[in-house]
Amino acid sequence: MTDHLKREMKEALIRDAKTGGMSRRDFLTYSVAAGMSVSAASGLWTSDVSASTPERGGKFRIGVHDANTSDTHDPGTYLSVGQIQLAHTHRSYLTEITPENGLGPDMATEWSASPDAMEWTFKLAENATFHDGRKFMAKDAIASLNHHRGEESTSAAKALLDSVVDIKADGDHTIVMTLNQGFADLPWVMADYHLTMLPANDDGTIDWESGIGAGPYKIVGHEPGIGTELVRHDGWHREGAYFDSIEFIALNDPNARQTALITGDVDSITSVDLKTMALLQRNKNLVVDNVPSGSAITLPMFCDTAPFDNVDVRLALKYAIDRDDLVEKIMFGTATAGDDYHVSPGMPYAPTDIERRPYDPDKAMFHLKKAGLSSLDVSLSAADSVLPGAVDLVVLYSEHAKKAGINIKPVREANDGYWADVWMKKPWVFVKWGARPTPDNMLTLAYKDDAPWNESRWQNARFNELLLQAKAELNDTLRAEMYREMCMLARDDGGTVIPFFANFVYARNKNVAHSDSLSSAWENDGGRSTHRWWFTS
Amino acid sequence: MGDVLGIVAKRLGLGLLTLLIISALIFIAVELLPGDIAQAVLGQGATESNLAAKRAELGLNDPAPVRYLRWLGGAVTGDFGVSLVSSESVTEAITPRFKNTLFLALYAAAIAVPIAIGLGVLVALFRNSLFDRVANVLTLTSISSPEFFLGYILILYFSVNTGWFPSIAKVDPDMGMAERLERTFLPALTLVLVVVAHMMRMTRAAIINLLASPYIEMARLKGTPAWKVIVKHALPNSWAPIINVVALNLAYLITGVVLVEVVFVYPGIGQLLVDSVSKRDFPIVQACCLIFAATFILLNLAADIGSILTNPRLRHPK
Repeated sequence: MTDHLKREMKEALIRDAKTGGMSRRDFLTYSVAAGMSVSAASGLWTSDVSASTPERGGKFRIGVHDANTSDTHDPGTYLSVGQIQLAHTHRSYLTEITPENGLGPDMATEWSASPDAMEWTFKLAENATFHDGRKFMAKDAIASLNHHRGEESTSAAKALLDSVVDIKADGDHTIVMTLNQGFADLPWVMADYHLTMLPANDDGTIDWESGIGAGPYKIVGHEPGIGTELVRHDGWHREGAYFDSIEFIALNDPNARQTALITGDVDSITSVDLKTMALLQRNKNLVVDNVPSGSAITLPMFCDTAPFDNVDVRLALKYAIDRDDLVEKIMFGTATAGDDYHVSPGMPYAPTDIERRPYDPDKAMFHLKKAGLSSLDVSLSAADSVLPGAVDLVVLYSEHAKKAGINIKPVREANDGYWADVWMKKPWVFVKWGARPTPDNMLTLAYKDDAPWNESRWQNARFNELLLQAKAELNDTLRAEMYREMCMLARDDGGTVIPFFANFVYARNKNVAHSDSLSSAWENDGGRSTHRWWFTS
Repeated sequence: MGDVLGIVAKRLGLGLLTLLIISALIFIAVELLPGDIAQAVLGQGATESNLAAKRAELGLNDPAPVRYLRWLGGAVTGDFGVSLVSSESVTEAITPRFKNTLFLALYAAAIAVPIAIGLGVLVALFRNSLFDRVANVLTLTSISSPEFFLGYILILYFSVNTGWFPSIAKVDPDMGMAERLERTFLPALTLVLVVVAHMMRMTRAAIINLLASPYIEMARLKGTPAWKVIVKHALPNSWAPIINVVALNLAYLITGVVLVEVVFVYPGIGQLLVDSVSKRDFPIVQACCLIFAATFILLNLAADIGSILTNPRLRHPK
């Protein structure tokens, strides 16, 4: 290829990529095809394509799904996507998950732990203010965290702070948290969407009712289940918040949401219907963001109930599932195949050298024989409210398993009351988990022997010993080794089949820009599109 | 006329009794749903101690009849309680939504009723002609299609392809009338398409039914033109069945629009009801259902009074 031709192709590629027609991966693929080295292409992406400077201005309208009339401002009851998106817009947290999935400062500027990780000190941003002009002080941070603690608390985040025994102020801008056990992940927990910073009342409670926060935008109009209008908070203490104003519009119907994006009634939507994703991608004015997340589909079996009490039966079922086929047919490619340990590739300390278990009916039959069985009949419960296509997934899995002599009977359960009557009640069920920031958080929640949500009733002494050790370990290398061993134990002994981690799939108008990477924490860049994205002219 | 007032009083009394029975049925139905409100509000992430604290806070530990009577005690004094989820007063939560629903229903009715009755008279006049057939086929096609499908078709042609009307019917209280009418035109049109056929065909049937009567024969024999026979002689006597079917359709416009609200993201009462059922928010469910029930009762009553007032024989009984 002549130099001239190369330069022309390079310019064409950059032009296309800049107008939003190309993802980073596509850009790299095409650039390499055009004769560039991978590192040169990657450098080009960073310097020439994504490095457009953010511009200020405009009203950013987001069509948000799962926004209900019953949504409230009480951070203890945060549950819906609508609440989480709004929370990251009008409120702030001590720490945040960065677009690169690291941990960054938000209302805390720095933090440090005692060597046993039992005492944590957080320094608070001194220039932070609430929307009504009040300064953000240590007493506000303490009241905000105490909202989720104590006997009386109805907060869904109560369990996250169980190990915290005391929170004290050290001056106006420092808080000290004392724990009853070493906990190296505490700063990560502070980014949880419930633990938002709110103004304290005189009696030590918080004012969550007024909707005042210390986030980049303040609410000027709010109707639950309909929409919210916000304008920029001039006293926000951080960089970003490029839009002048924000509007959330509750668009729960997938068709209404996508139509509104196509007709330009909104600039961004938080979820794309996978069945019509391909059609949406054809529209030149839109860009679909497909972001791997830590949200796992799990199929937990009761390890103390026959036939799942036999590890060979569990292994047979793990070999009898064709994960790639499920990703392809159920998720239309928008998922990352799993490997029966609940640590997603985006999490810190995620092991990278474990070979993924293949679909192998012969191996499955071998383990079945080892368990002394010639065939196996089991039921697997699912409901489409957990994941659209859940029942289809089970049916497809049962087809995969037939080749190994395993009969999986798909059971369609009622959507209503699935979490009360099926999950943790029936021996083998379909579950979807929201993303958790760290391995410790996830594994303690659902795999620890005495966890209330040990959904597979799995008991493994070594695993539980490692879990406690790793919790207080401040040395990252040692921690990573421990998590790797735990992952192997869950993979080879545990009772949970993990078909895949679902991606977040959302879309925006091509005149909305964002930086090179997107956080895996929630939809729309971890719920922070409102402060990280901008309009290009 | 005294008779009419007597009927009204009697019917209103029976209506109140009906509402009472319905409120008990709704309470039982909500109780029968699997899971409870604490579970629905706190979600998959709730622990046992969370749930216990929430139940205590909402007073869910009392036996069901006690809770029902507590609600009923408030309701008869005009206090419909507060939403269990958001602690907002039920009246405040429902009023703006109900106003929106009512607005859309009236908007649709204002277009649909004149069209339906006008068309009904015309097809009766030109019965069995090509015009009659075409009008019937078109209206029957639109009534036979599910509302959400009609809505999507209208969105495709009038919003996505041409951009004439917005695809989402977002309204707010400060909006001017013209803008509001424009924004809600597509949902109103969808409803019109759904209800026109029923009213039109009833008008046609009621008129044609009368055309064999001797007095119509008489009118014809004395040389009255066909349109005058229908408008002046047949129509006045067919008001009763027409009014009935109009009332039925008006009730449908208020109570049956959940799908249209969802498709056009219109903030009406149906969406609120669906959300509240999924959260087991009993006071809101109860209030919405009672509004729906009262709508049916009142419109049926209005239809009966209408039939009496338009029928001289009923107005002046011997």
